[in-house]
Amino acid sequence: MIYLDYAATTPLDERAFEAMLPYLRPDGLHGNPASTHGPGFKARAAVERARAQVAALIGAEVPEIIWTSGATESNNLALKGALEFRGLPKAGRAVHVVTSRTEHKCVLDTCRQLETLGVGVTYLKPDRLGFVSPQQVMAAITPDTVLVSLMWVNNEIGVVQDIERLAPLLRERGILFHVDAAQAAGKLSINLETTPVDLLSLSAHKLYGPKGVGALFVRRKPRARLAPQMHGGGHEQGMRSGTLATHQIVGMGAAFDIAVGDFERDVTHFAGLRDALWARLRNLPGVHRNGPDGSAGQAAAPHLLNLSFEGVEGEALRASLPEIAVSSGSACSSATAEPSYVLRSLGRDDELANASLRFSFGRRTTMADIETVAGKIIRQVQWLRGLSPLWKP
Amino acid sequence: MAIYFDCNATTPLDPRVLEAMLPYLSGPYGNASSVHRYGRAARDAIEAARVQVAALAGAQPSELTWTSGATESNNLALKGLTEGAPPTRVLYAATEHPAVLEAAESLRVHGWGVETIAVTRDGLVDWSAFEAQLARGPLRLAAVMVANNETGVIQDLPRAAVMVHAAGALLHADAVQAAGKIPLAQYWSGPASGADLMSLSAHKLYGPKGIGALLVKSDVGLTTQLHGGGQERGLRGGTENLAAIVGFGVAAELATAELDARATKLRTLRDRLEAGLQPLRGITIFGERAPRLPNTTQFGVAGWEGEALLMALDRKGIAVSSGSACASGTGEPSHVLLGMGFARAVAFSAIRVSLGVDSTEAEVDRFLAVFGELRRQAAA
Repeated sequence: MIYLDYAATTPLDERAFEAMLPYLRPDGLHGNPASTHGPGFKARAAVERARAQVAALIGAEVPEIIWTSGATESNNLALKGALEFRGLPKAGRAVHVVTSRTEHKCVLDTCRQLETLGVGVTYLKPDRLGFVSPQQVMAAITPDTVLVSLMWVNNEIGVVQDIERLAPLLRERGILFHVDAAQAAGKLSINLETTPVDLLSLSAHKLYGPKGVGALFVRRKPRARLAPQMHGGGHEQGMRSGTLATHQIVGMGAAFDIAVGDFERDVTHFAGLRDALWARLRNLPGVHRNGPDGSAGQAAAPHLLNLSFEGVEGEALRASLPEIAVSSGSACSSATAEPSYVLRSLGRDDELANASLRFSFGRRTTMADIETVAGKIIRQVQWLRGLSPLWKP
Repeated sequence: MAIYFDCNATTPLDPRVLEAMLPYLSGPYGNASSVHRYGRAARDAIEAARVQVAALAGAQPSELTWTSGATESNNLALKGLTEGAPPTRVLYAATEHPAVLEAAESLRVHGWGVETIAVTRDGLVDWSAFEAQLARGPLRLAAVMVANNETGVIQDLPRAAVMVHAAGALLHADAVQAAGKIPLAQYWSGPASGADLMSLSAHKLYGPKGIGALLVKSDVGLTTQLHGGGQERGLRGGTENLAAIVGFGVAAELATAELDARATKLRTLRDRLEAGLQPLRGITIFGERAPRLPNTTQFGVAGWEGEALLMALDRKGIAVSSGSACASGTGEPSHVLLGMGFARAVAFSAIRVSLGVDSTEAEVDRFLAVFGELRRQAAA
């Protein structure tokens, strides 16, 4: 089995796993980090070390990192918490949020929930490659806009939004800026010291850390304020209650620390794989690349390649490749038979949106894997097209 | 040797649970929502664990939703039941965990009347006051925990359930401390006498931290609190915490299988500890006359400050708590003891000892010796 679904989830890095183990063994490191005794203090110290490791990858201050159960919770907390802190929505006051049509499902679902409460939401339509320009965002701003939420790297097509140029514009207007960086962390350089984002969501299991843990960056200067969405105990500066899962937090810290050290190598490796697979497959007739290609003016994440194949169905193609783990979009929507809303937003018709595969690469992917996969894809696409009455070469 | 007597704060992971988790931590398992082979293997493991954890309470697997822990479970229960409903009243027992208490209090801004349910000096629901309170007006839900995290006092939940249901409302039961220590089926099954929602946590029963569950009866509608992805039948979004779920499943299965043996052992040790305390003057064991969890004893020491005693014990390598870990370091006395009608000074003097399945007689005796020595030093 060749695993090319690293954007859905990554395996736990062995070094992160080793770091977690002492906190899973009954060696006196199992304490509750909120307890005020020896075992509690040891657990708390480990949690704080991990906080510094996560902060280091994104250029944040240590206390700006708030632990959550994952990026879904981080995104929920950022959007709902920011509005609720402002007492919004409130009767008689219009409230407006700007986001894009190609956000992760959890941001879109949260926005739809906010709409039911009376919040106005603008869902920007990206261009053909998936870009939402800073000008487009600024043009959507109204006097009622309090928050903009945009993902740094799209999870299906890898388009990289120009967060660095947009952030200062929003700061100037006093509009809170939330960025979902679950796919961006470790794949492109993030420096929040120089990029005035207010809230930023992170996930561990997209970056070789464990599942079930994430973080939300909450800026201190100027202070981004949030109403907690989970009450009880007042953990995490009152912003997120609940016993901290020490081993998971330690695993996320270690994974982020590794990502700092391996950054250049990772990015070069991923981009090399992506470009090699595209070089093999682009010679097939009727293959379309979804999203930017990483050339100048087409900023793309190094670890993703999304292709549509004319004349085949994505699910049929995927099913004909049982020894290759790829996805036809986001894992979160793969239970639904709907064509990808991301691809449709780029203007792809249903047929091409349905005929798509997302390849995502990781540290363990080799060039030999790419050769194997390319060969199989070419064979299967040709075979399926041969069966199709619709395919006209 | 260090002694860990704070198992109500968190338990060490059972080595058998760790064994079961390891392949899911380091193995090639994928995102449970992915449809390829790895994703399906992950999905199967999650569904097997759902059966194991639901069995703790004799519940149907379909009644169980995974959460990141009991705090999320309690929040989901209270907020999920009230969001979008016309605001009436929410009641919670005065001794509830901060996760229930604070989630309930957060409902006030949405127009809900939030009231505490009075408890007696033994920590049990004051039934006549409760009866009168129920009759005072419309009610959406009452939250009564099965067993208290500080005192270990076990409520007569079926009685509360019958009364709450007769009032046309729903009952939420925080069963975090009770699970794995006493049988839970009697608190869940039965349409009239069982709870409608129940919170569970893995790390209080030798499972991993970061995973919990909420049981919801099939006829109870709940509004999603974590949006996105549509996992858990749309009730709770987010990629499933695979290894932790597997760990919770095994921990639950072991707890069910070993419940009687564990309870007998813990009760013997706890009784030995309390028998050792009895001869000392100025000791009050809270909730002593009420049914209690077999592993828990919380007591006050007249004239002492619990936090200071806790630190003195910690220096001797003994980890205990003064109450809830969640309230540690706040400088506030236990709201549980205040709710039971004890004075602030008494509440400040509290120490909670919560034993675990690995606790030994020798540890109990060493605790008593160290405790006795500290008292002699203080008296000198």
